[in-house]
Amino acid sequence: MHADAFDRFHEAESRLHRLDPRVKVVATVLFILSNALLPDGAWAAYGLAWSALLWANQLSSLGVDYSFRRSFIALPFALAAVSAIFSPVGHPLAEWALGPITLIPTDYGLIKFGSILLRSWLSVQAAILLVATTRFPDMIHAFEHLHVPAVLTTVVSFLYRYLFVLSDEVLRLLRARQSRSATVTGYRPGRNVAWRARVTGNMVGQLFLRSYERSDRIYNAMLARGYTGQMRTLTPHVMLAGDWVFAVFSMVILLLLQLIGRF
Amino acid sequence: MFYSPAPMHIPDGFLSLVISLVFWAITAVTVGLAISKTNKSLGEKQVPLMGIMAAFIFAAQMLNFPVAGGTSGHFLGGALAAIVLGPWAGILVMTAVIAVQGLLFQDGGLLVMGANIFNMGILTALIGFGLYRAAISRGRNTRLVVAGVAAWLAVITSALMASMQLWLSGTSRLQIVVPAMLGVHVLIGIGEALITVAALSFIERTRPDLLGQKAMAAKGGSGWVYGGVIFSLLAILLSPLASASPDGLERVARDFGFLNLGQSAPYQLLPDYTIPFLGETALSTIVAGAVGVLVVLGLMIVIGQSLRRKTS
Repeated sequence: MHADAFDRFHEAESRLHRLDPRVKVVATVLFILSNALLPDGAWAAYGLAWSALLWANQLSSLGVDYSFRRSFIALPFALAAVSAIFSPVGHPLAEWALGPITLIPTDYGLIKFGSILLRSWLSVQAAILLVATTRFPDMIHAFEHLHVPAVLTTVVSFLYRYLFVLSDEVLRLLRARQSRSATVTGYRPGRNVAWRARVTGNMVGQLFLRSYERSDRIYNAMLARGYTGQMRTLTPHVMLAGDWVFAVFSMVILLLLQLIGRF
Repeated sequence: MFYSPAPMHIPDGFLSLVISLVFWAITAVTVGLAISKTNKSLGEKQVPLMGIMAAFIFAAQMLNFPVAGGTSGHFLGGALAAIVLGPWAGILVMTAVIAVQGLLFQDGGLLVMGANIFNMGILTALIGFGLYRAAISRGRNTRLVVAGVAAWLAVITSALMASMQLWLSGTSRLQIVVPAMLGVHVLIGIGEALITVAALSFIERTRPDLLGQKAMAAKGGSGWVYGGVIFSLLAILLSPLASASPDGLERVARDFGFLNLGQSAPYQLLPDYTIPFLGETALSTIVAGAVGVLVVLGLMIVIGQSLRRKTS
């Protein structure tokens, strides 16, 4: 597997790609925070937030609908909010009898449901745009600058760096399981669920030991190359005038969003 | 292809701001504690080890096995990580896993990441390690059964906690979200339990030094046992109560004010907070809301800096 099999970064030459990762991280987090602060049913503000997103998409030169096309990942979770439609607060709109239960959707509930969905959908898009325009190591470096404890960022960098190595290991384990599991047509392969779970459990144990022992070797190799407990990067990450302008501009937009959402 | 989202990662927008911030605060304090504990007990060597172990959990979640009807058993790994690595290291490893899942795959939101880490990293470590720690001096079979029960309970408790958060945020109704979430996760938990037991027995056979009585006692004190037992009992008592009589639980929550707390906007938490020259305007409420965020951020920075001083 290639080293960037898990990367969601899209190489491109654009204003958004060149922007300091700190600005992108802070702007994304504040955008999501701003969505959470908006009251239910502030449709104008949601619309404006989406326009801001479209504009950012345009800046990224990945296409206006880039984040939109990838934004349906959180959709299954919308099921969790469906019950909000039948809120006891608000005016009933209809009455649906479903066997022994009567469902009464209310206007308040419908607004709440729509708002939750829109807020979530906008937030997911912002995060998608962030990872598409920022290299993961740069993003981790930004978090370090933003005072996230170094232990945590280092653990995350290691996770990112070795994920594809261990995924290769997983693929090898899966291939081995498959080649050992011959099937005869007409017969159910394998034994019962408990047996299959035990096989998988053994694979997890095997993977654990391989990873555990590999980490020893990695640590020794790193010590030999002068590891002092700190990750280094060649990117200097200096805030330029343009970065400040973008930061201030996005803050102004977010403040405007909040004002529109409340009047 | 390699990554299938689990149904327990709450996305942004589904929890109210107050609930998100409260759980971020709890998580920040716990993770901060975990960092200082692992720094104290283990050297810098621990950091690469935890990183690889986080990658291991991530990769192990790709291992699945067919259950029935096209669904497959899915491994979450919180309990196993806590038992093998110790609870504090387990919490850090799961924090890294959930952070990458949220950041890179948008599986779980950023503002609600505190809640996700609490559900899937902290609670699972508490229950997984706590119950297993209680049984370390027992025979091999008892220990494995306890590990299985702990892994199952950890999944159930996470699901229950996620439902509670959704309910307190006003996103879901209790009588729907609790049976739905518990129904799914009772089954997912069985897969988790089977895999955890098999993996533990495999590790015990090949590397008995990692899971010996002395090694387990060094990983965490008996405080974990109490914590694990208390949270397990809470989950065991609350799950049937929440499924059978959600109205009762809802009334209790309302009486204690939890419900209003969760569903209110943050500025209502600060009733005396008025900005003199802004008055009761929208801007004033925004500023007050920002204050709540700054409090949490400040807390995190203080923890981060005190840790930095300790390590350097």
